[in-house]
Amino acid sequence: MRKCELVVVGCSLGGMRALQSILGALPAGFAVPVAVVQHRYRNSNDALPQFLSRTSRLPVVDVDDKQWIKAGTVYLAPANYHLLVERGQFELSVDDAVAYSRPSVDVLFESAADAYGPSLAAVVLTGANRDGARGVARVKGRGGFVIVQDPKTAEAPSMPEAAIAAARVDRILPLERIGPFLVELCRSQR
Amino acid sequence: MSTEPEILTEEQQKHDLEVIEIQLLTEGIYHHYGFDFRDYSMASLRRRVWKRIYAEGLSTVSGLIEKVLHDPSCMERLLLDLSINTTAMFRDPTFYVAFRDKVVPLLRTYPFVRIWHAGCSTGEEVYSMAILLQEEGLYDRCRIYATDINEAVLQRAKTGIFPIGTMQENTSNYIAAGGKATFSDYYTARYDHAIFRPGLRENVVFAQHNLVTDSSFNVFNVIFCRNVLIYFNNALQERVQQLFLNSMEMFGVLGLGRKESIRFTSVADDYEELDIEEKLYRRVR
Ligand SMILES: C[S@@+](CC[C@H](N)C(=O)[O-])C[C@H]1O[C@@H](n2cnc3c(N)ncnc32)[C@H](O)[C@@H]1O
Repeated sequence: MRKCELVVVGCSLGGMRALQSILGALPAGFAVPVAVVQHRYRNSNDALPQFLSRTSRLPVVDVDDKQWIKAGTVYLAPANYHLLVERGQFELSVDDAVAYSRPSVDVLFESAADAYGPSLAAVVLTGANRDGARGVARVKGRGGFVIVQDPKTAEAPSMPEAAIAAARVDRILPLERIGPFLVELCRSQR
Repeated sequence: MSTEPEILTEEQQKHDLEVIEIQLLTEGIYHHYGFDFRDYSMASLRRRVWKRIYAEGLSTVSGLIEKVLHDPSCMERLLLDLSINTTAMFRDPTFYVAFRDKVVPLLRTYPFVRIWHAGCSTGEEVYSMAILLQEEGLYDRCRIYATDINEAVLQRAKTGIFPIGTMQENTSNYIAAGGKATFSDYYTARYDHAIFRPGLRENVVFAQHNLVTDSSFNVFNVIFCRNVLIYFNNALQERVQQLFLNSMEMFGVLGLGRKESIRFTSVADDYEELDIEEKLYRRVR
């Protein structure tokens, strides 16, 4: 991997708590943008960004279509849309659900891997399905860096387990160490 | 961690080259078949192009270019992949609530209302709005134009028949959208279908219209274009917003999808925000 330019995170069941832990560890002015897919209800509105803002020193926002990607911001896939990444810019789509999910972790990870290659770090957290496994394989195929939450520390282990089975991931870490590790990872390469 | 510049260059080149290949593909399709996908959103386009590449047993975009240009049936299959028609009745119920609260009172002051649904897909949005307008006592003074690039979805929209399996969700959306009657009064259940009351489309004209290549065809008091612009890049969104502006009466209302906005386009100053969350705008100059 080379200098990290984008962090992507995927989570499902239990993800709220896991996200609070990770985002809480990121300092204000964290130099890298963070894009998150957390599976959520179709008509859920601003509750999620507001909830996460409370524990994060970074602004947390639902993505608008074609929004420019800026450092030091946490971007959430909006309810009922897929979040995709092109260099420097987000895209949304209402394509069919992937692995029963819209937003889908695979869709975010695959598009980010294509656009950012070895400048991408991907994080798979707790979840009760397999979403993210294909995405992780693509991230590794394009030279990116993959961190997976230790399934033993996950509220729902199947999502991290599927990710570990899908590719040779770089780190398997207990939840509380992932945030600090990201800080380290993004600092060491500047 | 070691830095590996050779991988960087290789990967970056791979990505850039692929973007070029996809541009060649859309250029080729445009010149040979006349379908214009040249300014569609790249990440979305790439995803669907690769789906087709695998399905055809190919392994490169260039391989698909060759096949698509020489095999019209392959073009047809790609066209299906590129056509995303996802829609639902009363999708985003809060949009309809805002429309009732903030737009309906404006429309009451008009003797006659022209409405355009651009990119209406199979028509769920059109029937939803027709129901709302009936409940508000406005329907009889409305003339509704519902257009899409895709002739097949328009044919389905004209029938007003939707799968019965979606009715449970439609009903809860209808209620959340501020529906004033009983949703099942609007349709008759037949086997696995719900047939909507023909009166709902009495004032609707369904017609093919391509937002990329066709021009303005009327002037409207309300234009809806929801979840279509997300498939267009910035340049094309800009052109389509100009088209809408040219088709919009003074004080007319524009309704976009929940995560779309005019913020990054040159028409931003031509509208005021009626509801920022629900992306309802009103033309003011
Ligand atoms: C995802 S659907 C949105 C349907 C509906 N407006 C909604 O929000 O539920 C997008 C629609 O845009 C149509 N579309 C795509 N490109 C178009 C174009 N160039 N001109 C007109 N319609 C287009 C597609 O055929 C499709 O039916």
